[in-house]
Amino acid sequence: MFGAGGGTSSYEEVEDTDVVFLWGSNAREAHPIWFHHLLKGINSGTRLYVMDPRRTSSAQWADVWLGLNVGSDVALSNTMGREIIAAGLVDTAFVDNATVGFREYKANVESYTLERGEQLTGVPAEVIREAAHAFATAKKAMVCWTLGITEHHNAVDNVLSLINLCLLTGHVGKWGSGCNPLRGQNNVQGGGDMGAIPNRLPGFQEILDAPVRERFEQHWGVKIQPKHGWNLTEMLQAMGRGEMTSLFCIGENPAQSAADANHVEHVLAGLDHLVVQEIFLTKTAQLAHVVLPAGASWCEAEGTVTNSERRVQRCRKAVNPPEGARDELWIISELARRMGHDWHTPSAEEVWDEFRVVAPEFAGGMSYARLEALGGIQWPCPDESHPGSTFLHGRLQKVPREGLAAPLSVVHHSPPVEMPDAEYPFLLTTGRRLESYNTGVMTGGYESALHRGESLDVSPEDAAALGLVEGSSVRVSSRRGTLIAPVHVDDGLRRGLVFMTLHFPDEVNTNVLTIDVADPRSGTAEFKACAVRVETVLQQSMASD
Amino acid sequence: MDIKPVVAEPTDEERAAVDALLGAPPSGWQGGERSAEDSHVAFSVGSSGLGRPDLLPALEAVQARVGWISEGALGYVCNRLNVPPADAWGVATFYALLGTTPRPRRVLHVCDDIACRVRGALKIVGGLNQMQAALAHEPSGDHVIVDADATTWMHSPCLGMCDMAPAALMISAGAPAIEYAIGGATVDGLRSLLEGRAKARGADSSTALGMTKAGPSAAPQGDSAEEPPLPQFGSASLTLLKRVGTVNPTSLDAYRAAGGFSALAKAREMGAERIISEVNEAKLVGRGGAAFPTGRKWESVRSQKNTPHYLVCNADESEPGTFKDRLLMTHDPFAVIESMAIAAFATGCEKGFIYLRAEYPLAFARLSSAVEQSRAAGVLDSFDVEIRRGAGAYICGEETAIFESIEGKRGEPRNKPPFPAQYGVFGKPTVVNNVETLVNVLPIVLDGGAHYATIGTPASTGTRLFCLSGAVARPGVYEVACGTSLRALFELAGGVPNDLQAVLLGGAAGNFIRADEIDLRLTMEDTRAAGVTLGSGVVMAFDASADMHDIVRRIAAFFRDESCGQCVPCRVGTVRQEESLHRIASGRTLGGVPAELALLEEIGQGMKDGSICGLGQTAYSAVESAMKRLRLYDGSE
Repeated sequence: MFGAGGGTSSYEEVEDTDVVFLWGSNAREAHPIWFHHLLKGINSGTRLYVMDPRRTSSAQWADVWLGLNVGSDVALSNTMGREIIAAGLVDTAFVDNATVGFREYKANVESYTLERGEQLTGVPAEVIREAAHAFATAKKAMVCWTLGITEHHNAVDNVLSLINLCLLTGHVGKWGSGCNPLRGQNNVQGGGDMGAIPNRLPGFQEILDAPVRERFEQHWGVKIQPKHGWNLTEMLQAMGRGEMTSLFCIGENPAQSAADANHVEHVLAGLDHLVVQEIFLTKTAQLAHVVLPAGASWCEAEGTVTNSERRVQRCRKAVNPPEGARDELWIISELARRMGHDWHTPSAEEVWDEFRVVAPEFAGGMSYARLEALGGIQWPCPDESHPGSTFLHGRLQKVPREGLAAPLSVVHHSPPVEMPDAEYPFLLTTGRRLESYNTGVMTGGYESALHRGESLDVSPEDAAALGLVEGSSVRVSSRRGTLIAPVHVDDGLRRGLVFMTLHFPDEVNTNVLTIDVADPRSGTAEFKACAVRVETVLQQSMASD
Repeated sequence: MDIKPVVAEPTDEERAAVDALLGAPPSGWQGGERSAEDSHVAFSVGSSGLGRPDLLPALEAVQARVGWISEGALGYVCNRLNVPPADAWGVATFYALLGTTPRPRRVLHVCDDIACRVRGALKIVGGLNQMQAALAHEPSGDHVIVDADATTWMHSPCLGMCDMAPAALMISAGAPAIEYAIGGATVDGLRSLLEGRAKARGADSSTALGMTKAGPSAAPQGDSAEEPPLPQFGSASLTLLKRVGTVNPTSLDAYRAAGGFSALAKAREMGAERIISEVNEAKLVGRGGAAFPTGRKWESVRSQKNTPHYLVCNADESEPGTFKDRLLMTHDPFAVIESMAIAAFATGCEKGFIYLRAEYPLAFARLSSAVEQSRAAGVLDSFDVEIRRGAGAYICGEETAIFESIEGKRGEPRNKPPFPAQYGVFGKPTVVNNVETLVNVLPIVLDGGAHYATIGTPASTGTRLFCLSGAVARPGVYEVACGTSLRALFELAGGVPNDLQAVLLGGAAGNFIRADEIDLRLTMEDTRAAGVTLGSGVVMAFDASADMHDIVRRIAAFFRDESCGQCVPCRVGTVRQEESLHRIASGRTLGGVPAELALLEEIGQGMKDGSICGLGQTAYSAVESAMKRLRLYDGSE
């Protein structure tokens, strides 16, 4: 954000802040390491507010759980913003010095009164008010979020609306305050850092920026396209249109992780050429023309990973890949060689050093030797005397501000694309559980007493109304697909809201239900909301299924 | 947190017991009915002023009301306080007075510890056993159906009533619970209690706070022990005990009329630094057993920047043979409160806790009343006192285990450092003082530290309370100046016992001395030179009729039972020590008595060197002194 693709704060700051808004995140289960840092804070007095339609295990640790309606995040944050302005709690010195767009922002949130906020979100007005005041009056406060914010058709608006709260109250660019998307893998951040995103070059450098492109072109000796590439959703659409006919897929399982799975499988199967580089024979790999067995990056290869606090850490090879599997760097270099570019199979450190040269402001000071000596370094780290950056955007707190002002954004409430109706009366939201990981590629392969398989989680009220008990079989249908799953009664859910994970796609493929509408700016589908119907299945028909 | 659902539901009575303490559940998330608002908002337990420290009181409330803690009750408490059931289970099973399997409401706790043993406890236990087997603390097998209204009995460690031995404690669960001590118990007397049944359960009283309402007031005639008269009653030499028996302990006015709260007023004029310098000049040291200089402790807490500071009055008097603090608390409770207020003023504490052992129902009632009256009269200023009751765990008298217990956890001692002065209860700087230590502050403030230091010897100042029990003519609490000899103390109590075999000094964690050693002067320097300890002031006499082997084994069993199990040297060592003593007793030694003695020595050294806290470090002391001082095992086959 503000031009840098990473969370602003360090884990250590989470332990030392006064107020945390954990928004659209069940970090207790999905980000357990980060949550341990938060627990340290809670144990020493941090007030935790959890915004989530479900009362999750994270919410059980909260001082206040705000159980907003699915997809009403902008309404909630705009209401808080209006309340902060109305109560005179804006950090005006910061807003004047470091931001632009306050007047437009204020005009936009004017209609989001506490009463309207309650009406849109379901959260009592008084609770919204108290949370807004707590955030605004705290000395240190941060907003942290995950997929509950980003897996929506208006993902970017959601994120911008949370950033607005930090800007309004000056909670950015200083110790203990900030805006933090939590990363779902040990190296999601690192993938973006290195340029594995469709709109940025390594070090989050804008691909549309001609001087930037020129620098890379000179270094690499090739032309770089002056436009953004496709994200996953756009690629799938392009495959559907027949514009994209070949795919090289590395360490990703879109056949099971993407929304509207039946459709995804159809377009992947229709490709002229699908190459999958993987450590497991995933569902996607099974569809491939060529599978390239790769070494596991965490133990069979050298390299680095970057975690949620932007800390680049060395990752060391412990064992050789098994027979037939190859180091990923070797695979890619070999592909390049056969395509006519001999890269001489560089070592991981040589690749990293090239990155330091092309992204000097970002990583210039992060030699392998220093990463080793300091136990990792947080970017940006421009030179070898720089200690790394615990938090970002301190420039916004400088008077006068350094660099560009941060914009307050005008965003509007926009409910989920598909809302429950008479035909599909339940709203299905999806998420994760502690003991499993995404589509189960990495966690499904071993026995665990915690694996209880997929279920349709329903509220006690709905279970009673439908005559369901724990373990009852139900048929769950959306406009796109249907599946059968056992029922789990969860009192963290309310009437009308049901929940599933995507951890066991081979048994219950949840994504046949989900809807493939994505925010065009982020490319992530609205996994968090679709309308479904729930019907009891008699034992006989189970057998015939 | 991370609550895994407990399927069992609480009964209405269990729910009422918990709600009486914690208030009605504020929402469906904490055990109430699910409301429409619960769909969209939930507040933490802390929002209603509750938290983890309420866990132990809540479990105690269920125990006091129902007589045991069922799975449903445990689950409900967990819901109310957002504590994982496994965690709460760990707490419930830690404390001996909390039952986690069905028990009748009426339970008679019969002391069979050392002081009662020499006064006939084994005969009583034998007599009761003929009628009904004792209930085990940890029954094995499935839950059995019990007749809830019947009466059962259990063996108990020292109840702190050695002056009234043999002693027992009746706890009858209900609303309110009825708890009373029984002194001078007889087989017939206890048998008739065992035949009794719980009265019809009273309707839920909205004002009854479950266990906190429990008091000795409802003791039936004839069952309750009259507190024995103070042996030194009327003596002009008394300082700490001067109000005992002369000033009504239930009246603030009476206490004030006797000069009460004048020390607090004077202390406020003196200011904190001067108070501490007077305490330093008095050379007051802790009377709980460790003998740490009180003034140094106070200075250390006073200087801490981290706030708030807490004061903990250690009233968990559980060292077998010790009952001096009981006397102070039941007969001079306002003095305890006043001295706490002075300590708090000197060390910058706004809040004090009295951690009182559960076996003292009368002390609880008297202290509660004294706190309420003092608070209402405004004499405490901004200082406030909260009384926490233990639940049957000797270890909670350890100065850091007491913090854990106040925080609602298992009473497991902490590693030190950090010391309580830096990191005490709730992680804050904490003064922890024994009851007797605190009460000494009153004469120091009133008469000055210099005057106090003239009493006793130069190195052991002031007067001390000694708990005389066992084979003495007039058992009881005696106040004498430090430096008085053991022989002189016996003379006060009716003469040196005939056929004196041994004296236990300092309690189960202390040492035996021989009859020919009773000219020992009771000072820190003399006892140290003799290789023994004054401990908590226990002086227990054993005449020729005492089976010393049995007494030593009982001490070993006590430590084995009371070890918290946290650290290996103590957990394993106390078991191995007791086993060895049993092998010696049965003649089935491993390689002969000398080999067993060598093994005991090695185990004892291991416990001394390797245990986290004083329990393990002293668990071998009495055994060692029996071996080396009494030569108890010389000539054993």
